[in-house]
Amino acid sequence: MTHASRVRAVVSMQSRPILKSHARLQYDTVREAWALLSPERVFWPNEVSLDILRLCDGRHSVAQMISLLADQYAADEAEIAPDVTGFLQEWSDKFLVTL
Amino acid sequence: MNEPVLPPIGMLAELTHRCPLQCAYCSNPVELLKANREMDTAGWLSLFEQAADLGVLQVHLSGGEPTLRADLGELIACLARRGVYTNLITAGVGIADGRIEAWADAGLDHIQLSFQGAFAATTEKIGNSRGAHEKKLETARRVRAAGLPLTINAPIHRHNMEEVPDFIELALSLGAERLEIANVQYAGWALLNRKALMPEREAVERQVQIVEEAQERLRGIMTIDFVTPDYFAIYPKPCMGGWARDAFMVAPDGTVLPCHAAGTIKSLHFERFGDWSLSRIWHESSAFNAFRGTSWMQEPCRRCERQEIDWGGCRCQAMAIAGDAAATDPACIKSPLHARMGALINEAISTKTADTTPDAFTYRRIGRVTEPMV
Ligand code: SF4
Ligand code: SF4
Repeated sequence: MTHASRVRAVVSMQSRPILKSHARLQYDTVREAWALLSPERVFWPNEVSLDILRLCDGRHSVAQMISLLADQYAADEAEIAPDVTGFLQEWSDKFLVTL
Repeated sequence: MNEPVLPPIGMLAELTHRCPLQCAYCSNPVELLKANREMDTAGWLSLFEQAADLGVLQVHLSGGEPTLRADLGELIACLARRGVYTNLITAGVGIADGRIEAWADAGLDHIQLSFQGAFAATTEKIGNSRGAHEKKLETARRVRAAGLPLTINAPIHRHNMEEVPDFIELALSLGAERLEIANVQYAGWALLNRKALMPEREAVERQVQIVEEAQERLRGIMTIDFVTPDYFAIYPKPCMGGWARDAFMVAPDGTVLPCHAAGTIKSLHFERFGDWSLSRIWHESSAFNAFRGTSWMQEPCRRCERQEIDWGGCRCQAMAIAGDAAATDPACIKSPLHARMGALINEAISTKTADTTPDAFTYRRIGRVTEPMV
């Protein structure tokens, strides 16, 4: 058996990340916090992670995301870029976002 | 209890004990409930509403075989309406045409499909069911065609441990996002069949190597979750994430338990949903409060720095092996009874007689035997 179609997605500035259909970001009224629901686990993303995840809508490219986030946090694009791409790669590897 | 009781996150709903398979490693209780003891649709719907109100975010629909419930679609729709994440745990044989699509439409989030073997002969032997493997392959295809994410679950023991590389290939070929290599936990029928299921130490070591290598190689391609075998461990697992801490389970008749094997602790009394509300059970049931937090712990757990990592391990394993549900899980190297785990392995391995072959399985059947004395 070969599975050539199955390769690891690697983040690039052109990727347009989108949350996977089986990952759901929703506000939990009991705990008053945002939760990301996935098959086996519930994640409780912090403010920064939430701001990134909210931009994972399949329309924004990674480059656009970085520039929007830099504006929002009054930070340097070059400074935050590795954090954003690192986060997206990790979440892609965890099957929570599609790059 | 001084610490506040937080709301539960997860719930395992065993909708039925009925199942077309008869796996010898099944963790269901040995005394299985017949169909006439199952809670009706209205009961489950009301339970799910209360669970959502209480803060449950994730429900695993399990069994037995949950797809034998004709009302499954209705139950899924109810949970989806409340924003609860639904995971269907199925053996994937005998699911009628159109049902998987209907569940997807009802809002099902994810399916976990078990394979008893990576090859047809193994699946048939372990599950005692002819043709099961092909049906499972077909179910996997239908799950993918319905656009649902898929986890393949491979319960591992002596008789299929050598197939771990093949399970990995199988899961890849079926387009699964996730593969669970889950070494069986000795509860229920698995405890009854422990001798026949116990693997050899060398095989376990090989397995660990194979899985770790595959996890590395397949990063970002397929997730492999590895449930290691307790009897070969140094520290126990945080069973259920800690007793009554963030999850619970419900038996087919609506009895609410802190974990699926809790019924083996005969000193505990469990409430049924309907007699009590779910919130009252979660907060006030004596069984839930018996081992909540850390104040019930004895030595060596009492003064251990890992007590909030593994919560003293599994209460049912402590019961089964130490004869005391409040003892340190003997899987832990600090337990005075830890050596017993090794002795049980050796005992199973050295009796390389008829009772370590699959022919020695006591297959899971309703009304077959009563709870073993261990
Ligand atoms: S382990 Fe086997 S017998 Fe037990 S519920 Fe699952 S498929 Fe059925
Ligand atoms: S002594 Fe108890 S708390 Fe410490 S590691 Fe062992 S089981 Fe866990």
